[in-house]
Amino acid sequence: MHTPRYTKLADIQADLFSNKTTCVELVTYYLHRIEKKRSLNAYIEVFQPESLQRAAELDKKYQENPKSVGRLFGAVVSIKDVICYAGHQVTASSKILEGFRSLYSATAVERLLSEDAIIIGRTNCDQFAMGSSNENSVYGAVRNAANPAKVPGGSSGGAAVSVQADTCWASLGSDTGGSVRQPAAFCGLVGLKPSYGRISRHGLLAYGSSFDQIGTFTRSVEDAALLLEIMSGADDFDGTASQLPVPTYFANVQQVSPETHSQKSKIVYFKQAVDNDGIDPQIREKTVHFIEQLREKGHLVEAVDFEYLDYIIPAYYVLTTAEASSNLSRYDGVRYGHRAAEAKTLDEVYKKSRTEGFSEEVKRRIMLGTFVLSSGYYDAYYTKAQQVRRLITERTRQLLAAYDFILMPTSPVPAWDLGAKINDPVSMYLMDIFTVQANMVGIPAISMPLGEDSAGCGIGIQLMADKFKENELLKFAQSIKK
Amino acid sequence: MQIDNALILKLEQLARLELSEQERKAVQGSLNDILKMVEQLNTLDTTGVEPLIYLSETENHWREDVVQFQVAKKAALSNAPLANEDYFKVPKVIDL
Repeated sequence: MHTPRYTKLADIQADLFSNKTTCVELVTYYLHRIEKKRSLNAYIEVFQPESLQRAAELDKKYQENPKSVGRLFGAVVSIKDVICYAGHQVTASSKILEGFRSLYSATAVERLLSEDAIIIGRTNCDQFAMGSSNENSVYGAVRNAANPAKVPGGSSGGAAVSVQADTCWASLGSDTGGSVRQPAAFCGLVGLKPSYGRISRHGLLAYGSSFDQIGTFTRSVEDAALLLEIMSGADDFDGTASQLPVPTYFANVQQVSPETHSQKSKIVYFKQAVDNDGIDPQIREKTVHFIEQLREKGHLVEAVDFEYLDYIIPAYYVLTTAEASSNLSRYDGVRYGHRAAEAKTLDEVYKKSRTEGFSEEVKRRIMLGTFVLSSGYYDAYYTKAQQVRRLITERTRQLLAAYDFILMPTSPVPAWDLGAKINDPVSMYLMDIFTVQANMVGIPAISMPLGEDSAGCGIGIQLMADKFKENELLKFAQSIKK
Repeated sequence: MQIDNALILKLEQLARLELSEQERKAVQGSLNDILKMVEQLNTLDTTGVEPLIYLSETENHWREDVVQFQVAKKAALSNAPLANEDYFKVPKVIDL
């Protein structure tokens, strides 16, 4: 088993600042790792000459004035293929965006670059971020580095594997219903989905606009805090980005030590999410053990019945597919992307280009979304799901008024075999049962590594906090890390 | 609720998709499976519950009405599958 060269940026920077390494040497190392791990299929494109060139420029900047470098000096980052980076391709793992080159960078990417991060490549994902296994991509499936017969999770599977396989320091993904946290769990990483609106969505290809958030894959909580701090905050290009001030997440987390942390928290879990035969026994055992450890440390952990748990997935699929059918109507073969060669009329340009350009799963979700928004069915499905969303939100936030955190397994099952669930959409959708709630409500959630399953893949534990309580969530996560 | 062949065809037209006979059958089958799962929502009484539409709780945020982000014509046309120097090109729409 390969031991990653670095687990946190502070260690990378300590080596850079004591001249033990350089950015060029770091990027060379990661490029070598990428080459070695090609068979995992994590990357769609590696920005090879460019990342080396940028590394050389940053080394020069440092040599000229060591104080001039940004907070992400030495940070080698990969980005999911749904996040725009000016002058680079972004395709959402689809045919319809084949060859599309972004004219601008996502605000999140812009902010990383301005702190001297190096973007090393773009990673494979489920097409338009729709999927839980990263098998739904025109570039083929991604494999879990811990066990290549297993899925890495999805939809940000390539992003997760890029960090897991030590091909970069950290990775950006997107999380609409668990697409960062579930692969983070399967790949043994820290996966953070911030509150809705914490990070600007400008330059993130839209799937479900009232659910989407950019999230991070790291090996440490403090690095998740650092990336969050740098990417968060108001943005003129995204009206839903929050105006709330950005706390010093990084410094706050750094002050927390698992050994000396004395603050006691109140935590709640749902009986159905733990005491349930549907949960894999390995996951259940580790979760129960984790709860016991929390109690031993003096935290209050209580169980409640969450009466809406079974309604979360149905409401989620109505709402996200509705938003997707609307968002994906922009892909029409006119201004950019794939255009069907044999289209004779404008209507044929739309129809044939879209039909050729989208995968089966994307078409299925567009069709479902079109149905729930169509005249005659709108109230029965779409409005109903919005009402259920309110009930779920109110009950969740009521719990978060009484408790600091909600705890549950990140996924009810461990990483499954490639191909095992791809032909059964409903069973695949149900795998998201524990992660979707945070997106429904717009609250932050983190998946922390809890150990390994019998196949060697990761098992995660998830914590959720109330809206914009990332600070408390990250500090607590830091205090309980192993 | 069952999605029949006529409804599938209507949805294809609305979504500007054109499924093959085989794809249509598959999509029809899975949509019906998904709807069966979704029907569960009907067991929940939502009488008088206000639909939740917006997640942001903030008030309107105003900024100066100045142009901040412009794309040059050449750049805007650079990703087009078919264009001339000034316009995106599509098959003829109006017969004159």
